[in-house]
Amino acid sequence: MPIKIQINNADALTEASNVQQLAQELNLPERGVAIAVNNQIAPRASWSDTSLNEGDRITVIKAAFGG
Amino acid sequence: MRYSRHILLEGFGKEGQQKLLQSKVLLIGAGGLGSPNALYLAAAGVGTIGIADADTVSLSNLQRQVIHFTQDIGKPKVESAAEKIRQINPDVKVVTYDQFISQANASEIISDYDFIIDCTDSFASKYLVNDACVMAHKPFCAGGVVKYGAQVMTHVPGSACYRCIFPEPPAENDVETCATVGVLGSVVGIMGSIQATEAIKYLTGIGELLTNKLLIVDALSMNFQSIAFNQNKECSLCGEHPTITELEEYSFQPCRKIKV
Repeated sequence: MPIKIQINNADALTEASNVQQLAQELNLPERGVAIAVNNQIAPRASWSDTSLNEGDRITVIKAAFGG
Repeated sequence: MRYSRHILLEGFGKEGQQKLLQSKVLLIGAGGLGSPNALYLAAAGVGTIGIADADTVSLSNLQRQVIHFTQDIGKPKVESAAEKIRQINPDVKVVTYDQFISQANASEIISDYDFIIDCTDSFASKYLVNDACVMAHKPFCAGGVVKYGAQVMTHVPGSACYRCIFPEPPAENDVETCATVGVLGSVVGIMGSIQATEAIKYLTGIGELLTNKLLIVDALSMNFQSIAFNQNKECSLCGEHPTITELEEYSFQPCRKIKV
């Protein structure tokens, strides 16, 4: 059963049960991207241990190079 | 008098102003982020402002690099910026470095400063500033802007660093080049002003810094989101078992003009 989450302030449905699966589902690159769950960064090493729950607010952050 | 509106501020006062006048801040980059930083820190009376950049002013800079004027096209950016700083506030001593930050000069340039501001426009330089400052135990504020969005964070010795969130820069293929990505000038202004505010807070000891926090701004929704993160024990730079022990600059510099 897909769960309802928010990704960058937009409603989304996901089959992923943890952050690692979500990153795959979103086809995120290996480097230069961070993911926060409910306003807290989940370090990449912990992605597969960080489970997703209904209503979680996910923020996908791409590093910005400009200045 | 010049600083009366600072001195009136609760928690700031004459002492705060005195601290600013005795402080040294280094701006790495005199472009979009460097401009508002230089303007506000000069007006605020930061005693010494260092500026490092080897670029010259070009027409397409002027949409966002507000310290440079049309008449400055072709001039070294550090020279153009230094002229404006002196006009804004003769109390400020300006030190210019007409060179890009590199693994060869980074440690030496930052060694003289109390606070460093990353106003660079490439991942190579952002990681270099991060690494050099963390290694030298220097506080700094990192900022990045793309399109309508931006990110900013502050590091002080012991707090999380840029690599704690983004361990490595993106692969070259995943980085859009400067020529194809636009940036809204006023967004750079917002971010540079936030960086200058972080510097002033650090130097005067007021308020709470953006340490262990990444502030993300989306100008289209005008959503400001503060994301918490911890110092990463596995960080290759500041973690328990660092693998980065000397400065090494990434070679990928997509935005740098070829110097002739």
